[in-house]
Amino acid sequence: MTTTEKDLTSLVQREYKEGFVTDIDADTLPPGLNEAVIRTISAKKEEPEFLLQWRLEAYRRWLEMDAPQWPHLRYPPVDFQNISYYSAPKQKKLLDSLDEVDPKLLETYTKLGIPIDEQKALAGVKVAVDAVFDSVSVATTFKKTLSEAGVIFCPLSEALKDHPGLVRKYLGSVVPAGDNFYAALNSAVFSEGSFVYIPPGVRCPMELSTYFRINAMNTGQFERTLIIADQDSYVSYLEGCTAPQRDENQLHAAVVELVALEGAEIKYSTVQNWYPGDEEGRGGIYNFVTKRGACQGKGSKISWTQVETGSAITWKYPSVILQGDHSIGEFYSVALTNNCQQADTGTKMIHIGQNTKSTIISKGISAGRGQNSYRGLVKVLKGAEKARNYSQCDSLLMGDRCGAHTFPYMEVKNPSAVVEHEATTSRIGEDQLFYCRQRGLSEEDAVSMIVNGFCKEVFKELPMEFAVEAQKLLGISLEGAVG
Amino acid sequence: MLSIQGLKAVVQGKEILKGIDLEVGAGEIHAIMGPNGAGKSTLANVLAGRENYEVTAGSIQYRGQDLLTLEPEIRAREGVFLAFQYPVEIPGVTNVYLLKAAINAVRKHRGEEELDAVSFLKLIKEKAALVEMKQEFLYRSVNEGFSGGEKKRNEILQMALLEPPLCIMDETDSGLDIDAMKIVAHGVNSLRSPDRSILIVTHYQRLLDYIVPDYIHVLADGKIIRSGDKSLALELEQKGYSWIGKHASAA
Repeated sequence: MTTTEKDLTSLVQREYKEGFVTDIDADTLPPGLNEAVIRTISAKKEEPEFLLQWRLEAYRRWLEMDAPQWPHLRYPPVDFQNISYYSAPKQKKLLDSLDEVDPKLLETYTKLGIPIDEQKALAGVKVAVDAVFDSVSVATTFKKTLSEAGVIFCPLSEALKDHPGLVRKYLGSVVPAGDNFYAALNSAVFSEGSFVYIPPGVRCPMELSTYFRINAMNTGQFERTLIIADQDSYVSYLEGCTAPQRDENQLHAAVVELVALEGAEIKYSTVQNWYPGDEEGRGGIYNFVTKRGACQGKGSKISWTQVETGSAITWKYPSVILQGDHSIGEFYSVALTNNCQQADTGTKMIHIGQNTKSTIISKGISAGRGQNSYRGLVKVLKGAEKARNYSQCDSLLMGDRCGAHTFPYMEVKNPSAVVEHEATTSRIGEDQLFYCRQRGLSEEDAVSMIVNGFCKEVFKELPMEFAVEAQKLLGISLEGAVG
Repeated sequence: MLSIQGLKAVVQGKEILKGIDLEVGAGEIHAIMGPNGAGKSTLANVLAGRENYEVTAGSIQYRGQDLLTLEPEIRAREGVFLAFQYPVEIPGVTNVYLLKAAINAVRKHRGEEELDAVSFLKLIKEKAALVEMKQEFLYRSVNEGFSGGEKKRNEILQMALLEPPLCIMDETDSGLDIDAMKIVAHGVNSLRSPDRSILIVTHYQRLLDYIVPDYIHVLADGKIIRSGDKSLALELEQKGYSWIGKHASAA
């Protein structure tokens, strides 16, 4: 191995600092999945009857489906009967303030650097956080400030009680219960998630954030997020996730639905840092996620930004359905696969309305034995006059044992559409590294700088606090190169 | 400043340098000339510590240190600067970012404080003016989309900023038009100082019209076959490298 390769290896072999386990009593269902389990979850959440029926219908659909075989991913079949579908830390019911939250939970989030203490958060940047621990939400901050603006930001279970009409109207409206294998599973067993509603004309006064944490062993996390931006409103939403370091694989099958009405804009950013497994590919999260947004109204906009550094397996395609005329869909992605990690990720842009526009920027970084695939669909329907798409997929390889793959699909039914696709694959060059070292930079700093430069177009789309986290995750110092 | 003795180097199994002896004193400008394939660029790369350039014999002393034991970035921080023949492009990394990282790496190594943003910008503007580089170049990705001349000027900008004691210029004149060459030469001449040595590697004599060297060495087939003062360059220009090869013994 040359020094260059050694350095690249050490750079990407950072430790997983979030790998600790919180020792806390939990109310956990025994492993297994059947109708009784679904009824139990629904009863525990004290849900309305319509939702139980919806879950059961999803479950029946799921039973008839098979896990998708088309992704460029290799893993042993998941035993769905060996997973627990509900786990909640035991705590007093009906919390009035953070003082009543179990100190062990607070400590967990402090360790992770998640501001769920409003007083402390006040000193820094204002971000409202909903913290989800295994199957339940443990704290949502800044509720008061938000409610003054008319913004609803709460756990989905709470929204079901307080705003059942809104939930019933939109739940499953973008990702139907039987949409795909993992979405159907999620619809049957989802236990928590965040709900956001921004009223007409309101610009959400702060960033909203949900922080997902898997703690319990042999437990799947199935959260479901629903965000509705009413006419001419705006919201920026951040999602973060971590899990303890374990030798077994754990399943995460989430669904995120976004609805943007006329003139509304939703910016959704993810820094995904689930436990990726060890060097030999033992353990790690199986991340099977369905994320989709509907630009329902005229001139609406949905923008997905994702930085995927974790998980043993990543399978996700945040998509936008461009229904409204002049609506805009964007997808910015950095996916890093190292060691034995595999990612099959990309997007779907479905152009239905006239003058709809979409942009796709995908940056894949493969190191170690990592396999990184971009899979994207640009579909222009017959009525989508003058639809435009620009796609750019770049891959960066480190070492010679990893792989990068690109699967772009295009279906264009309207002759006035303009669809562009560009793709590049490059290696971190010995000449680039030597150039930087000749200017006095250490090899590690040089690699960081080059990778950082490669991801720049995506990082600049992230809110500042998240850009910092994302760069740290890639072992990169922030200064300058992003600015 | 620099003392090279009996230097032999192998690249991809082939011996390129076959015993180089060279003494460069402080404040001196030396030009290394010679035909293509003589080993000029290999010498420059060996001095900078490039991987895959294997030194098989000889020694290099730089300001009292054994240069060959130092990693490339340590050599750089100690003040060995190589202006590249083919400067690489680094997409997404702004020129100004690389420059700041570079100067602070050097300052840190010297135990000096890192430059803050304000003092750095002041300094870089001054240096950019020296090589007539527009401000916008500072904010573009390193060398990306730069013309040949712009890339070379960028190298001299870095050199001017870092103020290294030993400047090695590897075929800096190749691909330059006469105007660009004058700008580059002006930049280099302004760096002339009693504490700084400059080693110019070039195929042609014309750069030496603008940067006048104290000594000229002719490198052929991995050895210095003749050394002299600046008049040697003129002689070479008239008679060619084949002549000098035949009359090497006369040196």
